[in-house]
Amino acid sequence: MTVGVTGFRALFLGLCALLLGGARDMVLVPEISQHEIEVRQGFTGADLLLYGAILSPEGARAAKDTDIVVVLEGPVRSIVLREKQKVAGVWVNADSTQFRSAPAFFAVASTRPIADIVDDKTAAIYELGLKWLQLSPIGVIDPAEQARFSAGLVDLMRRQGLYQENEGAVKTSGDVLYQARISLPSSVQTGTYTAETFAIRKGKVVASAITQVDVRKEGFERFVAVNAETNGLIYGLFAVLLSVGMGWLAGRLFALV
Amino acid sequence: MDVYLPIANLAVNGLVIVGLGALTGILSGMFGVGGGFLTTPLLIFYGVPPTVAAASAASQVTGASVSGAFAHARRGGIDYQMGGVLVAGGVLGTGIGALLFRLLQSLGQIDTVINILYVLLLGGIGGLMAHESVTAIRAQRSGIPLPARKRRHHPLVASLPLRWRFYRSGLYISPLAPLLLGMATGVLTMLMGIGGGFILVPAMLYILGMGASVVVGTSLFQILFVTMATTMMHALTTRAVDIVLASLLLLGSVSGAQVGAQFAQKAKPEQLRLILAVIVLGVAVRMALGLGYRPDEIYTVVPL
Repeated sequence: MTVGVTGFRALFLGLCALLLGGARDMVLVPEISQHEIEVRQGFTGADLLLYGAILSPEGARAAKDTDIVVVLEGPVRSIVLREKQKVAGVWVNADSTQFRSAPAFFAVASTRPIADIVDDKTAAIYELGLKWLQLSPIGVIDPAEQARFSAGLVDLMRRQGLYQENEGAVKTSGDVLYQARISLPSSVQTGTYTAETFAIRKGKVVASAITQVDVRKEGFERFVAVNAETNGLIYGLFAVLLSVGMGWLAGRLFALV
Repeated sequence: MDVYLPIANLAVNGLVIVGLGALTGILSGMFGVGGGFLTTPLLIFYGVPPTVAAASAASQVTGASVSGAFAHARRGGIDYQMGGVLVAGGVLGTGIGALLFRLLQSLGQIDTVINILYVLLLGGIGGLMAHESVTAIRAQRSGIPLPARKRRHHPLVASLPLRWRFYRSGLYISPLAPLLLGMATGVLTMLMGIGGGFILVPAMLYILGMGASVVVGTSLFQILFVTMATTMMHALTTRAVDIVLASLLLLGSVSGAQVGAQFAQKAKPEQLRLILAVIVLGVAVRMALGLGYRPDEIYTVVPL
């Protein structure tokens, strides 16, 4: 479904370009402080600086009234979302729903509140904000229930720092440069993250650009994760040997004391 | 000291985990129980995913019971025949437990089942232990000795077919009884990440009627092998054993177990049992309240 939306976006932008005429296009040059994040021992999260320049076609400064919105989206996965309810005095998982495309990470930063920059329709098309996340629920469920589950997911992920919405976090300087800081907690999923930057003027997206960030396990962490997944037998034997060995060693050492 | 756990996918304070291991290690050294009943809930409370917590806690129990099992083996305190039957049952039990684990996980009820099992088991065993140790302490204070308990196995055990002689335990009973008992602890070990020692020991004393001199050693022997089987089973099925988490827990628990064993030699057994009973009941009450209170998180995310 991401492919669909991106395709749609590309088409849409193409149309915009045609309608506006190439000469009036804004030039957006985005950059990220790190294109690769290595998850290895001691990883406690990462701070990404997304920055760049926005120029009018003549190479002059962009006008003052251009807003910047940055969206950093993690790998999309299918999930089951379970909801606890009180049944006979005990809180149990009573209801559940499935989403085909819940991003593992989603952060939006903007120069001003999204509602002041674009109308709801545009915000929904470009997924500008947690409210407009397209989670694609599986199966038929009624809209009220779907809204409740989506809100629950967003709230949960938000408190874990995996979904963020920072209005006013994009700072501009000299009407040319912009920068935004987005922090990833240590519990981020590995995979390819896409950072999409939008330049918005008078409620219309006038330019956008995509860059990618690779988050991956490296070194020992990668070795452990790969082996746990593919070499269960040897991994398990090693864990058993380690525990027996450490227990035995401790017994021996303390006998000396 | 921040340590990244590659399977749990999060960074934790390594010292907290080592401390947690040490705490449960001290308990296991003092009371001869694995201490897994504390590790799993505390790890979950600390933010480790429940499956990873249960899978990694088992290896900690292995480590903590190794030196104890060796010590008992040297004293001749293990009935290997009985232990073998218990282990066979235990390994079967871990297999059944793995199937149950997967079934409950797909139903989304694994957390609730684990919590209810904890409340029932800890509440029941803790209550029994508290009652027993209080009567023992009272009897000592008043100076009137308790009537000696007749060492006999449960009538149900006697009704099972096929009888074997277990010389060291001083029993002539059906091997099906320890096999079933072993199976039950195997299932619990797989589901809850506990060693099952606190169930096994009373069951061996009061249901099988084993001689007290071989009970603790044989139970440690069984726990050692069943937790090993559990670690293997988790490594092969849930793939949730976090070797870094397990190492940190082991570091604390193997040294804690030694310290605990030193304590145990100085303290009175009835008082030790009363303290253990209070801890076990405390955990049970906390878990029971947790079932009834509105949880912090109403929603949980599971990958499809």
